[in-house]
Parts: sequence; structure tokens; C-alpha cells
Amino acid sequence: MLYREAGQYKTSYAADMAIFPLRQDRIGLAAILAIAFVAIPMTGNQFFLSSVMIPFLVFSLAAVGLNILTGYTGLLSLGTGAFMGVGAYACYKLATAFPDVNILVWILCSGFFAAAIGVIFGLPSLRIKGFYLAVATLAAQFFLQWSFVRIPWLYNYNASGAIEVPTRTLFGLPLTGATASPETRYFALLVIVVALTWIASNLVHGRVGRMWMAVRDMDIAAELMGIRLLHTKLLAFAVSSFFCGVAGACMMFLWYGGGEANDLFNINLSFNILFMVIIGGLGSLIGSFMGAAFISILPTALKFGLPAIGIPIAGATAEHVNLLLVGGLIIFFLIVEPHGLARLWQILKQKLRVWPFPY
Amino acid sequence: MSDVSLKSELAAFRMTPGLWTIAGVAGFALLLVIGSLTGAIGKDTFAYRVFIDPFAQMVEMPDLFAQTLWEGLVGGVLYALIALGFVLIFKASGVFNFAQGIMVVFAALTLVGAYEKLGTIGIRGEAAAFIALGVALAVMLALAYAVERVVLRPLVNQPDIILFMATFGLTYLLIGLGEAIFGGNPKVMIADQLYLPRGAIDLNILGGRVTIQKLDIAAAVIASAMIAILALFFQYTRIGRALRAVADSHKAALSVGISLNQIWIIVWFAAGVVELVTGIMWGARSDVSFGLQTIALKALPVLILGGFTSIPGAIVGGLIIGVGEKIGEFYWGPLVGGAIESWLAYIIALIFLLFRPQGLFGDKIIERI
Amino acid sequence: MRVQTFGKGVALAALLAATAATVPAFAQDSLYIANNSYRTGPFAGSGIPIGDGMRDYMTMLNERDGGIGGVKINFEECETGYDTKKSIECYEQGKAKGMILYSPWSTGATLAAIPRAHVDKIPILSMAYGLSASADGNTFPWVFIPPVTYWDGASVMVKYMASREGGLDKLKGKTLGLIHLDAPFGKEPIPVLESLAKKYGFTVKLYPVGAADMQNQSAVWLNIRRDRVDYLYNQGWGAMNPTAVKEAVRNNFPMDKLVGVWWAGGDDDARAGGPQAKGYRSLNLQMAGTDFPVIKDIQKYVVEKGKSLSPKDKVGENLYNRGVLNSVLIAEAIANAQKISGKKIPTTEDVRKGMETINLTEARLKALGLEGFTIPMKVSCSDHSGHTKVYVAEWDGAKWIKSSDWLEPIRDEVRPLIEESAKDYAEKNAWPKRTEACASSS
Repeated sequence: MLYREAGQYKTSYAADMAIFPLRQDRIGLAAILAIAFVAIPMTGNQFFLSSVMIPFLVFSLAAVGLNILTGYTGLLSLGTGAFMGVGAYACYKLATAFPDVNILVWILCSGFFAAAIGVIFGLPSLRIKGFYLAVATLAAQFFLQWSFVRIPWLYNYNASGAIEVPTRTLFGLPLTGATASPETRYFALLVIVVALTWIASNLVHGRVGRMWMAVRDMDIAAELMGIRLLHTKLLAFAVSSFFCGVAGACMMFLWYGGGEANDLFNINLSFNILFMVIIGGLGSLIGSFMGAAFISILPTALKFGLPAIGIPIAGATAEHVNLLLVGGLIIFFLIVEPHGLARLWQILKQKLRVWPFPY
Repeated sequence: MSDVSLKSELAAFRMTPGLWTIAGVAGFALLLVIGSLTGAIGKDTFAYRVFIDPFAQMVEMPDLFAQTLWEGLVGGVLYALIALGFVLIFKASGVFNFAQGIMVVFAALTLVGAYEKLGTIGIRGEAAAFIALGVALAVMLALAYAVERVVLRPLVNQPDIILFMATFGLTYLLIGLGEAIFGGNPKVMIADQLYLPRGAIDLNILGGRVTIQKLDIAAAVIASAMIAILALFFQYTRIGRALRAVADSHKAALSVGISLNQIWIIVWFAAGVVELVTGIMWGARSDVSFGLQTIALKALPVLILGGFTSIPGAIVGGLIIGVGEKIGEFYWGPLVGGAIESWLAYIIALIFLLFRPQGLFGDKIIERI
Repeated sequence: MRVQTFGKGVALAALLAATAATVPAFAQDSLYIANNSYRTGPFAGSGIPIGDGMRDYMTMLNERDGGIGGVKINFEECETGYDTKKSIECYEQGKAKGMILYSPWSTGATLAAIPRAHVDKIPILSMAYGLSASADGNTFPWVFIPPVTYWDGASVMVKYMASREGGLDKLKGKTLGLIHLDAPFGKEPIPVLESLAKKYGFTVKLYPVGAADMQNQSAVWLNIRRDRVDYLYNQGWGAMNPTAVKEAVRNNFPMDKLVGVWWAGGDDDARAGGPQAKGYRSLNLQMAGTDFPVIKDIQKYVVEKGKSLSPKDKVGENLYNRGVLNSVLIAEAIANAQKISGKKIPTTEDVRKGMETINLTEARLKALGLEGFTIPMKVSCSDHSGHTKVYVAEWDGAKWIKSSDWLEPIRDEVRPLIEESAKDYAEKNAWPKRTEACASSS
């Protein structure tokens, strides 16, 4: 009734090929952006912003990055955590070496370093496929993580061995460091995520995206059609690692505000992001966000939300219940819809089109 | 440049990439030996420390070299055991089982936990240990059944990656369940009660002392026996034949009347038994705690080295990785500050993989348009 | 299916809303202390006894004295599984709920919390862990690291080695190995050990153990054997410790020359080595056992009444008592704060002052039922650690016993390093100068 395309005529190819051909979708997107930019900072308290929304946005960005590689190009990677780490360390080195340049510039630039490393570790993808490639990317994960500890230059020879995030400002407001308010950090992060998602959306809907998808569906066939595998796969690695690197820099600078970084960018992070991509939906940008919400927000919500709605569990028991519930829900959602939350969303929209008279 | 054209070009020279590498390495080694003998490479140079010194050490201290080899072999056998669990499940149900590590922990915890419970009702000693072993086996069977009913059956015919994801959900479930039942504190494996030997044999050979733990010998023997039994089981029994049929093609197996569900339960249970043995062995070497699940990650390079679908591959791969990483860590690790074990196995596997993308013994990947 | 999904969605939304609403800073009628715990995950082996000890002492105070100064303690555990991400959530939640003290319980969590706490003005108690430089109270007014830092521990290790060899001058030509977790926590002792090695002419060899290889150390121990290490200092945690003890047994390393940092002194850690682990040493801050009035009280008011999470036979284990010590320090700081401010529920600023005036004299220890449990310790405005003496405990096959005198850290060596490192931290981070006034009363 509400969600129906009747009466919306397309008079040009451009309009017909738009990403959101339906007016309702465009309104929906605008509403989500309005909520994200206005409603949440207005109503959310500090805990909600800093422990729910900021992690969610960081993970979404990383999941979008990995989705480009795994969902769109079909290359399974378990090195995401390490590539994020490269971004964080690059940003730290840049920000401390050139303190006068705006920190946002460096957060974005750090992505290029991650991209370069990503390309190097992407080289084996030409010969190795599937789960074999996934395990091969583990080499990147463990090697880089080891380097983060072993090369003191990366953390400026700090006695603590941790990244210490300096205070940097944007328009006079502190953006990083301890004095930065959650609102400022949230806004900066939101702008980065929205801008990069927009770029990703344009990439995957354009020529490059079609090349990636051709490679994903069958790389030999794609090669026969004149797609250069080397370029395409490495480009996917580069773009994906760029996103992950920026996500890593954001994680360190806008969320954690310093800490033991080598331990942070560990194998569990890589797995978690892969699972966000899978449960959200491979090859779907909105799925990346849904997956990030599921894997990152749900445990937090269970941990702090259950006591708040009057289920008094705490400490270790809460963690056990949490693990059981999240594990059970993952299996449940996979059985209900193996193609991820994004597909579930699509089905829901399809049903909505014919609602309330599905005949 | 594509794969195909590269191969045809090389074929003209009758030199495969493998041969080229061997020739290159041999030439390089020759150069180094000449260099060091003639004094061109001094003792303090980097090249000496990387390329000559470790080998000199091997010759000078053969006892330590033998010890390293032995440790590597034992480590390798234990890696092979974990990899075996992976291979069994991957072959029969096409699932890349992320929950392998936690299943090892869960099996060992059940064993130790059941033993403790028996202790509270007055049954102790060896009898209790073997009852506990029975309980652990029963729990692994129940787990196999549950996995088949709840995870595999509804997800049949889904892409590999979805099943992979489902085993991640399983991991969460098992961690939660295990910690809720047994608590998170580490437990001591009941090695003595299970008649596992303790103590060591000191061999005074090679101008030094080589210590061989009796437990390690037991581990090697039990693991080898286990692998042999599994191999015979799959080769000669009706269920084994059915299992190989399922591994070849689910559809063909179904069409000749093999029950997939039954095979899956059997395979997951067989993997459970392997996991229990793995848990006992690793638990006896260190202790039974949730930290042990990271050990399963060590099985991944073994897997890709040997091939996901090959049982001999898991064994050979395990040995190569075990020996390779111990020797690497022992002789070359200190040069770069140590702890290279964490990634060396993956690099070794990666190098092998570049020449054989399907692993040493994996099924050849045939791609058709 | 749609209805189901919709239902799920609604449930999730409700939960999310609840999460968003968890936070109203409710009216304070108790002393709210946020404490991270890790009863799950690979470090649970060390985390559980500590958590039990801390919790039981606080429960005991509530049961016996009705809290501190007549105000009940709201001692809440926030489970982190030793994950820094979760510890940050715990910090944020504690802040929103108005904690008066934060007890992070991991070096990673401490490092992440230091800049925040500095702005939020919340005192952090990182008892003998965390950032060694934070012992400099002039730079880090909000962070406390009593009674010792890791750097003190390393210097005590050298002293202990000297006492075994017959003097600091006998150290020349000896080799001290450091087997450590390959993470910032494990690398802490390196600067002190290297500086002392230069001074006294012994050699330091490093044996890092990667976090993924905590239970797989055989290659490391071969290296130790090859290098003919005389003494070995173990800076390990969690599953790494029992494995290290077992490997030492396997490799015939003399157990009396393997000395763990105080966190490597768990009963479970030593027990894993079996009867041959007898003689394993560990630095220690307090006594193990139950022969102290305070532990008796815990048994009487908490354990016997079934209010403890700990099994009865684990009460009085080394790490359990460590947890008790941590709670003693917290309680003492709060009691001081109540005295200084005259308020029933002190503010974070008061608790900071309370911390800075901690002075556990013999008399005070006796009054608290801690006679013989530990030695006097004192924190001051500029010295947030106290660099208290430490002793070496020995595992006799069933329990930890005292095997050395209380050894003074080499303060002349450690303190300049701490001040230099604090200065370095302040410079790199444009750290604000200390503005908080020192408490005058004591």
C-alpha cells in the first residue's frame, strides 16, 4: 500500500538505471540519513554513541571493504584485521610525523598504505582460490600482527608499546584524543562512512563492479571475455584494503583513542568482519551494515540491555547467555535465509509491495 | 599473463617452475658455500648469520638438532590429528569446520569434567577415568547427532561459505555451553589415570643428550594407530565405502541409496573421536582450557599444504609444518627477535601452494567454462 | 516466517532501546565501583581466582561492616573476556552509572582507559599491572599502580639472582632469560633488565611467546636450552604459565631458577607441572593461605554462607589473595576519601585523594586483619606506586610458601626510568600538566 511503484514512470535511461529507482526507497534513504545525522546525536546519550553507534559504523566500513573483496570479487580473505592494523599504524605514524596536517586527511591517506600492503598479499590470489586463499591470507594476518610488535618504529618506540592517540582538532573542536566528545567523533565517522559508502556504491554499480562480479562468477570465463584477472583481482584487493585501512584508522583514532593495537587487530577481528559480511549478505552494501549491526551491536545490546529491561544477569553468566544466544541466532538466521539479512530485507520489501492484498 | 600461456612457454624449455626453483636454490647454496669457504662472507655479515651459521650449528650440535627434529615431529603429529578432524568433515559434508578448535576443547573438558563429577560421587582412579572417557564419547556422539539435525540438514546444498558461517555459530554455542557447564578455569588432564606414561627417556647420543618424553612417544603411537584405523575403516568397511561415495558426489551417493544423514552423523562422530584424542594429548602437554582452541588455527596451514580432502595430506602436511616451524624458530627465529612460529607455518604453506594450488595431495582442481 | 522475523525485529529494537536507556545516572545510595573481570576466554585461568578474591572481600565488607563507613558497596563485575573492546564498553557504562573508581584488570584495558579517565577525572587502580610510567603521580594524577610496577619487579628479579649468586658483583657473565608473552605486557621488563645488564655485566636473552602459541612452546624452550640460560624470568599470563612450567619440567630446567612475575604465581599454573614443578618460584606481593583474620572473616561471612563464587578449597590460593589485596586497596582509598571529604559517598576527586593518602602501616594492617598478609605500603601524591618490597615465593608441591626476604626494588634504577618515560608520554601526547591539588591530611 505504502511501498508500491505504481505511477512512477521512468522517462530516461538514467532514471531507469538509478540505484534507487523507487521514490519510497529514496525517501527511506533520506530518512535513515536524517536519523543518523540528526535524531541519533540529538537523542542518544554518550554511552549509546560511543559504545554502540561508533563501533557499528567502524565495523560497517570494514565490512563494506571486505564485501568488495569477498562478496563482489569472490576472494575469501582472513587478513582484514591486519589490513585494518596497517591503516591504524600508518595513520599514527603520519599524524605524529606531520602534526600540522588535519587528522581527517591522514585517516583517509592511511587507507593507501593498507591498499599497498593488501596488493602485495593479494598476489597469491591469482593461483590460489577458495578456502585455500582464505588460509593463505592468514599468512598476512599473522605476519603483520607479528610485525606490529616487532618493529618499534611503528609505535614511535613508546615504552608501553601502544598507540597513543594525540589530540587533534577539526574546526576548533577536538576530534581525536581523550577530550573529543562522542558527538564530534560520531559526526566525523558518519561523514567518512557515508562518503566512502557512496564511492563504493558507485564502484560496484559501474564498469569496475561488473568486472569484479564477472570474476566472482567464474574467473576463467571472465578472462576469456577480455577481463584482465591480475588487474581486476589486485584492484579488488587494493580497494578493499583501502576501506579496511580507513576503518582501522577510525577504529584507533575515533573509537579506541589509543591502546594496545597489535592485540586489537587480531585474527578474531578478521573472522568477525568476515562473518558480518556473510550474515549480512555477500555482495550487498546494505547487507554489510546489517551484518555489522548484528555481530557488533547484538552482544552489546544483550549485555547491557537485558539487565536494563529487568533480566538480572551479570558477569560471567551474562557472557555465557550472550554467547549461546548469538550463536543460536546465527544458525537460526542462516537456516531462515542462507543468503543473509540483506536477502531477508528484500523479501520483506517484496511482501510489502503486495501488502495488504497479496493476491 | 595468464596461467595457460605461461605453462606453454615453459613447456618449450621442459622446465617446470618447480625445477627452476630447485635449480635456483641449489645454485644459491653453492655460491654461499664457496663464499664462506673462501672467506668472502665474513662471520659477522648478515648473509653468514642467515645462510651459513644455522647449518654450522646443526653440524656442531647434532644433539640439539635431533631434539628439534623430534619436537617438530611430535608437534607435527599433533597438528596432523587436528587437521585430520577437519579433513574428515570436509570430505564427507563439505563443511569447513571452524568449530574444530572448540570441539577439541569441549571434548577434553567433558572428559575432565565427567571425571571430576564422578569423583564427587565416590568413583575415582582408573575406573572413573574410563567411565569418563565413555561419557565423553557419548557426548561427542550426541553432538554429532545434534549438528546433523540442527545445522547440516536444514542447510543442505547451501554454498560452502554458508556452512562455514554456521560452524561459527556452533563455535559460539559450544563456548557458551562449555563455560556455563564446566567453568572457564583451566583443568589438569587426567593423564595418569588414562595410563598415559609420564617421565622422559634421556638418550646420550650424538655427543649430547636427547630427551624424549614418554608422553610424546605415546602421542605419536596413538596418533599413528588412530590414522591407520581410520584408513582401514574407510578402505574396507561398508560404511567407509559409503563415505567415500558421499565424498565423491552427494547426489550420486543419494541415488544409490546411501543415507546422507547417517553418514554425516558417523563422520562427525569420527571427527569427535579424533578431537577427543587430540584434546587428551594437547591437554596432557599443557592443560585443558579455552585457550587451547587457538591451537586449531595451526591446523589450517597443515590443511592447505596437504590438501583439504586428503588424509595422507594431513599427515605429511602436519609433519612438514611441525618440523619446518620448529627448525625455523630454533635456528632462524632469534635473528629477527623470535616468535616467528606464529606465521612461519603459513608462509611455508603459502610457498608450497604457489606451486600446487590444491595442496600436495588435494584433488586436482579442474575448471570448466 | 515473516511474522517470526518481524517479531525478532521488534524484540531486537526493544533491546536496543533498552541499551540506549541503560544509562541514566541513577541516584547514588551506594559506592559504585566498576571492575572488569574475565571469567571467560583464554585468560580465565588467571582471571577467575582474582575475581573471586576481589568480590569476596567486598561482599565480606558488606556483610560484616555494612560496607565502608556504613555505606554499602555496589561492586559490579563487567565481563570482558580479556578483550579491550569490551573493556572500553565497560568503562563507558561505568562512567554513565557514576563509578567512583575503575579497576581495569588488564594492561590493554588500562592503556585504553588512561586518556579517558584523565578527562573524565575517574581514578584508575591498576594494582601492579598497567603502564609502569603511571607511577609518576605528577604526570598521571588519576592512575595508581601500587604497590609495585613491572619495572620494580624486573629489578627485584636481578636482586634475587644476585642474592642466590652471592652479590651483585657475581652477576658478571651470567645469563638471564626473559620468557614473555609477545605483547606490550610481556615486553614491559625489557628496558630495566637491559639497563641493569649493562651495569652489572650479565646478559639478557629474550624468548617471546606469541599469543597464539601460548600452549605450544617447545621451540622456545629448545632455545633456552641451547643458550644455557642461568636464570629465567617468566612474564606470562593465562594459559602461557602452566605450559611454561610444564615445558620447564620437560626440559629439565632447574625449577628453582625459573621465577615468574607475580601474575605467573597462580596455584593452577604451578600445579600443572605435577610433582616435578616443586621449587618453581614467583615474585609475590602478599602471602598465600588462609591463616589471616581477613581470610577467616571471608570464610565466615561469605564462603560459609554460600555467597562466594569460589570453590571452598580455592579460597586462600595465591591469586585469590591477590584479588583480596586489590579490594583492600580500593576499600582503604574509599575509607580515606570519606575521612578527607566528610561525605558518605565520596566523589571521584575524593577517591583520588584517598588513593594518594593510602598508608597501610603495621598498625593499620593489623586493624584490617591483614597482619602478616602483606607488608606496609604507602602511596603519595608524586609516587603513585610506592615501589614496595616484594618477596619470592616457592611452590612446595601443594601451596606457595615464602622462600626469600622481602626484597627492595632497585629504586635508583627504576624511578629515573619511570620519570623519563612519563615525560616522554607527556610530550608525545601533549599531556596536560597536573592541576589537581595534593591532599594534605593523611
